[in-house]
Formats: sequence, structure tokens, C-alpha cells
Amino acid sequence: MSVTSQPFYTDGEPIADTKAPEVPMSQKWDQRRFDAKLVNPTNRRKRSVIIVGTGLAGGAAAATLGEAGYHVKNFCYQDSPRRAHSIAAQGGINAAKNYRNDGDSIHRLFYDTVKGGDYRSRESNVYRLAQTSVEIIDQCVAQGVPFAREYGGLLDNRSFGGVQVSRTFYARGQTGQQLLIGAYQALERQIAAGTVEMHTRHEMLDVIVIDGRARGIVARDMVTGEVETHMADAVVLGTGGYGNVFFLSTNAMGCNVTASWRAHRKGAYFSNPCYTQIHPTCIPVSGDHQSKLTLMSESLRNDGRIWVPRDGDDKRDPRQIPESERDYYLERRYPAFGNLVPRDVASRAAKQVCDEGRGVGPGGRGVYLDFADAIERMGRETVEAKYGNLFDMYAQITGENPYETPMRIYPAVHYTMGGLWVDYDLQSSVPGLFVIGEANFSDHGANRLGASALMQGLADGYFVLPPMLSHYLAEAPFGEAGADHPEAVATADGVRARIETFLSIDGSRTVDSFHRELGHIMWEYCGMERTKEGLTKAIGLIRELREEFWRDVKVSGVNEELNQTLERAGRVADFIELGELMCIDALHREESCGGHFRAEHQTEEGEALRDDENFAYVAAWEFGGDGGSPILHKEDLVYTEIEMKQRSYK
Amino acid sequence: MNITLRIWRQKNSDAPGAMQTYQVADVSPDMSFLEMLDVLNEQLTVAGDDPIAFDSDCREGICGMCGLVINGLAHGPNDMVTTCQLHMRSFSDGDVIDVEPWRAQPFTVIKDLIVDRSSFDRIIQAGGYISAPTGTAPDAHAAPVPKADADAAFDAATCIGCGACVAACPNGSASLFVAAKITHLGLLPQGQPERDSRALDMLAQHDHEGFGGCTQIGECTAACPKGIQLDLISRMNRDVLGALSHRR
Amino acid sequence: MATRTENSTSRIPVWRSTVVLKAAMAVSGLVLVGYLLAHMYGNLKVFAGQEAFDEYAHHLRELGEPMLPYAGALWIIRVVLLAAIGAHIYSAVTLWRRSRAATGGQGGNRYASSKAKRGSQRSYASFTMRWGGVVIVLFVIYHLMHFTWNTVAPGGASDSPYERVVNGFEIWWVVLSYTIALLAVGFHLRHGVWASLASLGANTSPRRRRQLNILATVVAAVITVGFLLPPFGIFFGLVG
Ligand SMILES: Cc1cc2nc3c(=O)[nH]c(=O)nc-3n(C[C@H](O)[C@H](O)[C@H](O)COP(=O)(O)OP(=O)(O)OC[C@H]3O[C@@H](n4cnc5c(N)ncnc54)[C@H](O)[C@@H]3O)c2cc1C
Ligand code: HEM
Ligand code: HEM
Ligand code: SF4
Ligand code: F3S
Ligand code: FES
Repeated sequence: MSVTSQPFYTDGEPIADTKAPEVPMSQKWDQRRFDAKLVNPTNRRKRSVIIVGTGLAGGAAAATLGEAGYHVKNFCYQDSPRRAHSIAAQGGINAAKNYRNDGDSIHRLFYDTVKGGDYRSRESNVYRLAQTSVEIIDQCVAQGVPFAREYGGLLDNRSFGGVQVSRTFYARGQTGQQLLIGAYQALERQIAAGTVEMHTRHEMLDVIVIDGRARGIVARDMVTGEVETHMADAVVLGTGGYGNVFFLSTNAMGCNVTASWRAHRKGAYFSNPCYTQIHPTCIPVSGDHQSKLTLMSESLRNDGRIWVPRDGDDKRDPRQIPESERDYYLERRYPAFGNLVPRDVASRAAKQVCDEGRGVGPGGRGVYLDFADAIERMGRETVEAKYGNLFDMYAQITGENPYETPMRIYPAVHYTMGGLWVDYDLQSSVPGLFVIGEANFSDHGANRLGASALMQGLADGYFVLPPMLSHYLAEAPFGEAGADHPEAVATADGVRARIETFLSIDGSRTVDSFHRELGHIMWEYCGMERTKEGLTKAIGLIRELREEFWRDVKVSGVNEELNQTLERAGRVADFIELGELMCIDALHREESCGGHFRAEHQTEEGEALRDDENFAYVAAWEFGGDGGSPILHKEDLVYTEIEMKQRSYK
Repeated sequence: MNITLRIWRQKNSDAPGAMQTYQVADVSPDMSFLEMLDVLNEQLTVAGDDPIAFDSDCREGICGMCGLVINGLAHGPNDMVTTCQLHMRSFSDGDVIDVEPWRAQPFTVIKDLIVDRSSFDRIIQAGGYISAPTGTAPDAHAAPVPKADADAAFDAATCIGCGACVAACPNGSASLFVAAKITHLGLLPQGQPERDSRALDMLAQHDHEGFGGCTQIGECTAACPKGIQLDLISRMNRDVLGALSHRR
Repeated sequence: MATRTENSTSRIPVWRSTVVLKAAMAVSGLVLVGYLLAHMYGNLKVFAGQEAFDEYAHHLRELGEPMLPYAGALWIIRVVLLAAIGAHIYSAVTLWRRSRAATGGQGGNRYASSKAKRGSQRSYASFTMRWGGVVIVLFVIYHLMHFTWNTVAPGGASDSPYERVVNGFEIWWVVLSYTIALLAVGFHLRHGVWASLASLGANTSPRRRRQLNILATVVAAVITVGFLLPPFGIFFGLVG
């Protein structure tokens, strides 16, 4: 079947996650927790854990494990743990509280998440996520997270991402910030108590694996350039997503894949790297200088109408274009859902109309999101009350007044569902290396529901990881492993050598120019719509780019001081390698599912066509060595609770 | 547009710094201020010069990582925006723009335009939290919060910890930042048990870090990208004085 | 960069915290404002003629008799004033030093750019608090030498306070010096009254902030004008 893609990878043994107990779905998590070994409180102080990342996942985990009494070392690349990228999440967080009594339940959240993920996620993990969601809200409220409330003083909910129940808790447009600050405050409390040792402005550059177990990391102090070795009994990665492989995305400038990629090179499997989520409502690119894209809340689609001119090359002012010459293409193609079709459908439709030459704005990469009708229907004041801050943000960035001319939007990379493979315990294929939050692959399948990433980050950090990590640590000690262990020394030397190489190439092209080029390749061939030829071509282009990078990159300055070019060089080098694997993964998956759309696999109406017969598995890639090809391990997805169905939004 | 920049360059915290002049040509009005600096940095790198170090991460005004004093004003001339949200259309062709780091004794310059704001984390460590161990929380609906309080707490909680208030304050005071946190937690029922100790401990750490006192000048609130209001400082003072009177 | 709080033994005790010092400054400042209002009221009696004014000065000394000895109440007022001035100056100087330490000794002028020397919204009054305060102290010493200790007597000495006042304010440079001093006082109070109330917790909303600033302007204006009426009245021959 995948004849031409065969040479790009080799097949390995299938894998299975055997950690979830063989009991009915609703009892699995209780049973697993009960089976887990405990660590005596007096012994906890002797057990150390390294946690990389201070986002919702890493921050919550560090606070919780610190409080439990473990010796925690926590790392982030920003100047404060409070600035992890979770802070940027706007919309909200789901939880099956059923405060609205509108028929929500753990089972429904579970069902919606599996369906939303286009049946490519692991049932047991998703069920646990839905179960835990309830506790998250309690925890956050107790910490003082100021969720939106109603006049009666109780928590408000809204419906989000096209689901039929109101289960999304929110704090105006800053839910991520408020949740993260809650976790951050809990973390700072532990730092003050001395249980957590915080290392800010530190970038993890490798993991140390000794006797098959993750025992430490090598990190660079980004201020002094010192390459440090940190040892522990276990290592946890909560390092976020890798959307920045596309150069332009809604992710923060510093988001990177380095931690995950370095772990992958040390034996951790990387799962489903090609599953990326493209968000339909971002502010379009305005020029080559653009450094990142800004998301506007999806809620805009509730009242705005999306259209493009009926005929291509229509350069008129949008207000001059009469109704009859407009194409409200989503309303036309999906009469039932209209402008509210899921993210991937809306994104792809926008790309199609732009490909037809009907796009608007600079470069023809944009469609109108028009509030004229809404303003007429609800009055300007109501629109202002509902969306004022988003309109202001739009005006700030584009210099246009969205109350008068329609906004322009375009899809942008937003979230990566793929990540390091983990079992039910959140442990990767390297014992002692745990992965939480967006960095793992586990809960969202091929497509993530809105407001579910925050839920997953906090579930992993506060509730799932701590007991599972304790279980692992109960086995400790795992043998002497100090910073002078030969393996630790070799890893640190490897990091130093790599830094040395960057600095000595002294080529002619800047790091950013490579990153931008990689982004173009990825967006063009591994973006919203993928084809066999395109992906094959992309792999070739990326290999050339990689070769050129190591020959011609220019990294100025020295290691022994704050050097942002050097930081970026390492990240881009890893992105290039990841990009290749993403294309290979996309190429091998000869079906369309969720965020992965292969043009060859669509229905007559242009909808995604899944192939459950052949592809209902997680693709877990093992690193095949430099110059070698990656090894594919398949974890079959078995659905016992939910029946696989084709999505339809007609 | 063509822009002349006068930028503070400083190799590290020990080295002396100075303003240096750079030219950037063909600046598009759609560029953000930081993207304009990116362009300059690309030029510097290709020319073999050391690019200008500045902090930024989210570039959408929420993480609080960015922060430059532009023409003497923290986060630049526009109201209610962070540096990363400032666009070049706020300037005109031929402008000379001064760019400096936040300045205050506790904010040591690390390099060029990057300063050390870890003092803010230590102020939070001193008491800027509610002690709520994981897993022990009562149901979220156990304690209703009047909407007015919840909204006011939220307004205070929007502080992004950027430090512009300190950079703008003639006294180098971080009162607005501390007050925002004290208000956020102090308005909620969950925050009551630790309200007194929180106010006293956070203030003590604020002073210990070497920030100045507030003399109600109000530059902080004008610079604050999140519009944190001055009355929160008054509220903080009430909490501190109240805590003192309870101590007896 | 590790960001753990270091050992906090050298922490500043709460009674010397910025907030408490500022409260002390506010309370003492308000006491001084109260005194000034009363003093101004007394001074305006100059328009009622020599008898009334001298009577009033005398009455001040008999206040509280026989419970208090002669001039007892005056001494109590003086002690309170001295304590207030002491507290005011102590806290002002301590906070001033901290603020200089926090800004490398340069306060609002610490940026190389000269494009926003006046900040974005601060009032002129807020700039002049500290040096304005020093001007006031110098004035008060001079003023005490003039009227209380009688060590200087421009225009001629007299046993009658009324005559001392009238004699003094017939000279243009005496009037000028008092005018300068009162402008300093006016500016000091324009920011000081607002700031003291806000520091003590009275600023509860942006609207209240505006109201308190209006109040401060009114108090400052009343005190400045009220005090300046006698000197100008005398100078232009409306009194006596
Ligand atoms: C604009 C935007 C809006 C969103 N809105 C929503 C929403 O409304 N609802 C929702 O559920 N989800 C939303 N998401 C997704 C969600 O915010 C993220 O998936 C989630 O916050 C990720 O959390 P995390 O803890 O896994 O990682 P992050 O928060 O990204 O944290 C990563 C951490 O790892 C550290 N780190 C990374 N690499 C290294 C390294 N090499 N060395 C040291 N430290 C490292 C970083 O410093 C950081 O502390 C949104 C995402 C974006 C971009
Ligand atoms: C035109 C304005 C003023 C006039 C005519 C005036 C007049 C006087 C007189 C006549 C006395 C002596 C009272 C007595 O000993 O019986 C006096 C005392 C005093 N005045 Fe003024 N004064 C003026 C302004 C001020 C101002 C602006 C201040 C303060 C800022 C001030 C502070 C004092 C003080 C502190 C005393 C000493 C009170 C005491 O302890 O006896 N005066 N003033
Ligand atoms: C003796 C010399 C004086 C000095 C050195 C002095 C200095 C200061 C300083 C530095 C401030 C703080 C400024 C600020 O908040 O921005 C202040 C505030 C104030 N001063 Fe004075 N002052 C003096 C005299 C006076 C007098 C005589 C009065 C009364 C009439 C007065 C009334 C006030 C008031 C009401 C405040 C506001 C208090 C506050 O800000 O909390 N001061 N003074
Ligand atoms: S109060 Fe405003 S200026 Fe100060 S740190 Fe918070 S957001 Fe920044
Ligand atoms: S500018 Fe400074 S003096 Fe107070 S009101 Fe703001 S902290
Ligand atoms: S970069 Fe995040 S607020 Fe500016």
C-alpha cells in the first residue's frame, strides 16, 4: 500500500500499552491508583525529580510533587515560570461538572473527545481525562482562579467548539493565564518552602539515560552559557507543543521541540507527529517580517459571517461588493452548521477559496469575517460588549476598524496533537522519563476539541502524574548516578560539542532565514492539505535544507553569555529533523483523519475519509540513528466503549 | 519608513552600557515594534555584529515577557498595550526612537534590553498565593462569590507581571504589582484566611528587594498594559494597616 | 537563575515598611493641614482690626485656663506640631532615600531619553514635593524668627502681634517671600492632600480618585489664597 513511502522508514514491533487495568472503563483509573505503590512520606525527601516545563502541566506537577515532599527541580526557558505558553490560552477549560444540568456527564465528555479526535486517541486515557476534569475545577477555584461567575455567585459556563452542552469554564478571554497563575502561585509556595528548586532561563538540551533509565538532564544556563548537569531519580517533560516547526504559528516565540526531540533521539518514541491543528480564525499574515500569528477567539464565528468575493481578483472595498457577488461559502456548503463547522473543516474551506484566487487582503491569503449583519441585528453596543476586546486587538494589529470594514482572517497552526508516546502511566518508552501536557500524544487523537488542552495539562500535572510517578519512584534507588557518571559526562560533552559546532560554522545565512524556509516547506506540503507528491518533495527539500544549515548557518557571539541566536540555532536544528519525521508520518498515513487531510483520501464532497481498517493505530516512531530511517511501531486502537463513526457536518 | 534607533547596549550586568545609534530602512507600518527589531537583528547578524538582546515570548500581550522603555515611556507611547503589541504605524518616517531597558535597582540589566525580574517571583513566594494543597478542594460551588467581587478580583488578576509599573514609577516602586495580587486574592472568600499575613509578607518582601515606596504619582497605572487601577494601591494600604491593627 | 527567596533575616520590620512610613507621613501631613486651616482662620482676623487680632493672639494663650497653665494649650499645639513635623520629615527622608536607592539616585530622570521627562500624566505638584518641603521648612524657620521669636523684625518691632504683622507686610520683599512660600505650600498640598488620603486608603475607585484630586486642589487653593489675603491686604492698604 505505502510502497513509495516504504524507503523512508522501516517497520518495527507493534507495541501495546499494558498499564491500564483490565477492568470496566469507569473503574480503570481507581484500580490503577489502588495498584500503584506508595512512597513513605519520610522517604520522599530522598527521591528527586526533574520537571522540565512550568506550563499548566509542568507547573502543576512540580507544585504537587513538591507538596508531596519530593525533591523537585523545575526548569523553564523564560525568566519566570508564570510565562509558560499556557498563559496565552484564551477560550476556556472543559469539565464534566454538569452544573447546567444540560445532560453533560463524564461519559459525554469522554465521547465528545474521542469523536472530536476522529477516533485516533486511546480510550482509557481519554476516559480518565474526563473523570479528572471535575476535580480540576474544584482545585483551581480553591486556589483563587477568578473564573467568570453569574449573578448568583456561581460559576458560569459556555458552550465551546461546537459541542451541544455548556461545559466550558472561562475567565474572560484569559483562561490560560488565570489557570497558569493559579499553578504558578502554588509552585512559588513550594519554592518558598524549599521543596522545589526553580531554574529559570535554563534550556534543557539533552536527557541523560543510564542503564536504560532517564536519570538526568543537561541544561544550559541561558545567562552565563554554563552547561550544567542535573541528576535525579526520574525526569518529567512538560515542554509543550512544537507548532513552531511551521515558523508562523500562534505559539510563543520560544516554543520548541528540543526537549522532546532530544528525548526521542535517546530512545523515546515520537507518536503521530503529523497531527497538527490549524485554527481557522487568526489574523492573516501581513508581510515577510511577520514573526508570529495571533489567534482570535473562535467565539467570533458565533455571530460573524464568513465570505469571499464570488469572483476572483475582486479588489473592491468589501463594503462596495453587493450581496449577490459575495460567496458565504461555509453557509453554502454546510447548511446545517454554517459558520460553526469544526476547526479543520473551516480551515480547509478557507484555503480552498484562497487557492481558487478569491482570497482577500495582502497576498490573497484571507477571507472576510463580517459583523455587519450582527451589528445591525444586535446593535453595536451588544457586539462591543461581547467582542470588544477582540475587535480592539484586531484594530491594534491591523490598523483597521472592524466595526466598519469586515475583519480578515486566515487559518494558522495552533496546536500539535502528536508528541512523545506515553503509556497509561504517562511514562514514555524510556523508563523513568514521563511526558505530560501538550508534549505527549495521548488524549486528543487526530484533532483536539476546543478547551481540552488546558484540561489535559492540569489533569496530567495535578492528578495523573503524581501517583504514577510515585509508583515508579517506589522502586528507587536505581543505583548510583552522579554528575560524574561516564554517561552524564558524555551527554554534557555532546551538548558542548554541538554548541561549539554552531558557533564555528560561521556561514552566511541567519538562523531565522532557515526557520522561515522550513516553515514555508511545512506549510506548503505538510499543512492543511497533504499529498503524496508534495510530502515526498518536502522530505527532499528538508534534507537539503538540513545539509545547508549545518554548512552555512551564521551564529554570532559566544557561548559564555546570553546569546539568543545560539538558543534559536539549537531549536531550529531540531525542528528541521522533526519536520522530516512529520512528513514521513503524514506520507505513511494513507487516510485523512482530524487535522491530517490527505487530498487523495476524501469523499466526493471533499470531506476527510478515514480508513479504520488499516490505520486505526497510533504511529510511534523510534529514532533510527543519524542517517538511518525511523522505525515505526504501531499501537492498535481498540474501541470498546465507543463505536467508530464517520463525521458529518452537512 | 526609515527609522533611526538609539538603543541601550550593555554586554552584561557588570559592563557599563551606552546608547548606540542604528538605522533601519523600509520599515512597514504593519510591523510590530519587536518585528522591526528582528529585522535590525538580521542585519546585524549578517554584518557580523552582535544582535540586540531583548525579551519576548507570546508576542500577543499576555505573557509579560517583553518590555522596553520607548522614548522614555514604559511599553511606548500607546495606552493599554505591551511592547509586543505596539506597531510601527504609531511612528512616522524619519523618527528617532530611544529604546532602553526597564530601570530600577532590583531589575539588574542582564544584557542590552533584558533585565532580571526574579524579584517579582520572590514577592509571590512571600505570600502571593492561597494555600490549597492538591486534591483537598471542596466542590467549586461550595462558596459562591458575588459577581461584583469576582469581577473585581478578575480585573486585578489580569496583571501580567511585566514590571512596567516599576519602570515608570519615579520612586521605582512595585506597589501596583503587589497591590494587584493582594487585591485579586483578598477579594475572594478563599483568600480570607491568609489575607493579613499575605499583605504584610508581600509588602515586606517588596521593601526587602529594594523597591521604593508609593507616593501616589500614578505613572504606573498609566504605563500598565492591563489598566490596573491606582485604587488597588489604596486597597493594599488598607489591608496592610488593617493587618497591623488586627495583630494587637 | 535560581529564584528562591534568600534568608529573610534582614527584612525591614513592618513599622518601617514603605506603607507604614507613608501612613505616618500622611497622618502628620494632615495634622499640619489642620493646623494651617486654623492658623489661616486666625490670620484672617487681621481684617477685623488690631483689637480683635491681638485679642485672638492673647486668647490663644489663655485657652484652657485654669485647667492648663498660661500658654498651656499653645504648648500642647506646639508639641503636636513638632511631633508631626518630626514624623513627617523622618518618613519623608527615609522614603526619599529608598526611592533614590531604587532608581540609582535619579528618580524619574533615570532614562537616557529626554522625550518624556514629565512622564505621561503626573502633575507638576508631584514633582516638587520633596524640594517644596525643604522650601517650606526654611520658610517656617524664617517665619518663626519673624513672628514668634521676634529675632528678625522687618518694618519694626512691636509688642502687638497685629503691629508686627502690619509692619512686616508693608515691605514688598516680605510680601514676596511669603508669596513664594505659600505657592510652595499650595503645590505641596495639591499633591499632598490627595496622596495622604489615597495612602490611608480613601481611593476606592477611579471616580473617587478624581474626586480626591478635586478636593486636594480646593484645599490647596483655599489655604494659599486664604493666607495671602492678609499680606496683600496690608500691602495695598486695605488693613489698618
Ligand atoms: C493562542 C493559543 C490559545 C489557546 N487556547 C486554548 C484554549 O482556549 N483552551 C485550551 O484548552 N487550550 C488552548 N490552547 C492550547 C493550550 O494552551 C496548550 O496546549 C497548553 O497550555 C500546553 O500546556 P503545557 O503545560 O503542555 O505546555 P506550555 O504551557 O507550552 O509550557 C511549556 C513549558 O516548557 C518549557 N520548555 C519548553 N522547552 C524547554 C526546554 N528545552 N528547556 C527548558 N524548558 C523548556 C517552557 O519554558 C514552558 O515552561 C491554546 C494555545 C494557544 C497557542
Ligand atoms: C501670611 C501668612 C501668615 C501670617 C500672617 C502668619 C502669622 C503668624 C503669626 C502672627 C504668628 C505668631 C503667633 C503668635 O505667636 O501669637 C505665627 C506663628 C506661626 N506660624 Fe504663621 N503666619 C503665616 C503663614 C504661615 C504659614 C504658611 C505657616 C506654615 C507653613 C505658618 C506657620 C506658623 C507656625 C508653625 C507658627 C508658630 C506657632 C506657635 O507655635 O506659636 N505660618 N504666624
Ligand atoms: C517640613 C518640611 C516638609 C517636608 C520635607 C515635607 C516633605 C514631604 C514629602 C516628601 C512628602 C511626600 C510626597 C509624596 O507623597 O509624593 C510630603 C507629603 C505631605 N506633606 Fe509634607 N513636607 C513638609 C512640610 C509639610 C507641611 C508644613 C505640611 C502641612 C501643611 C505638609 C503636608 C503634607 C501632606 C498633607 C502630605 C501628603 C502625605 C502623603 O503623601 O501621604 N508637609 N511632604
Ligand atoms: S501592574 Fe501592570 S505594569 Fe505592573 S506588572 Fe502588572 S501588568 Fe505590568
Ligand atoms: S507611579 Fe509610583 S508613586 Fe505610586 S502611584 Fe505608581 S507606584
Ligand atoms: S511578548 Fe508576551 S506580553 Fe509581550
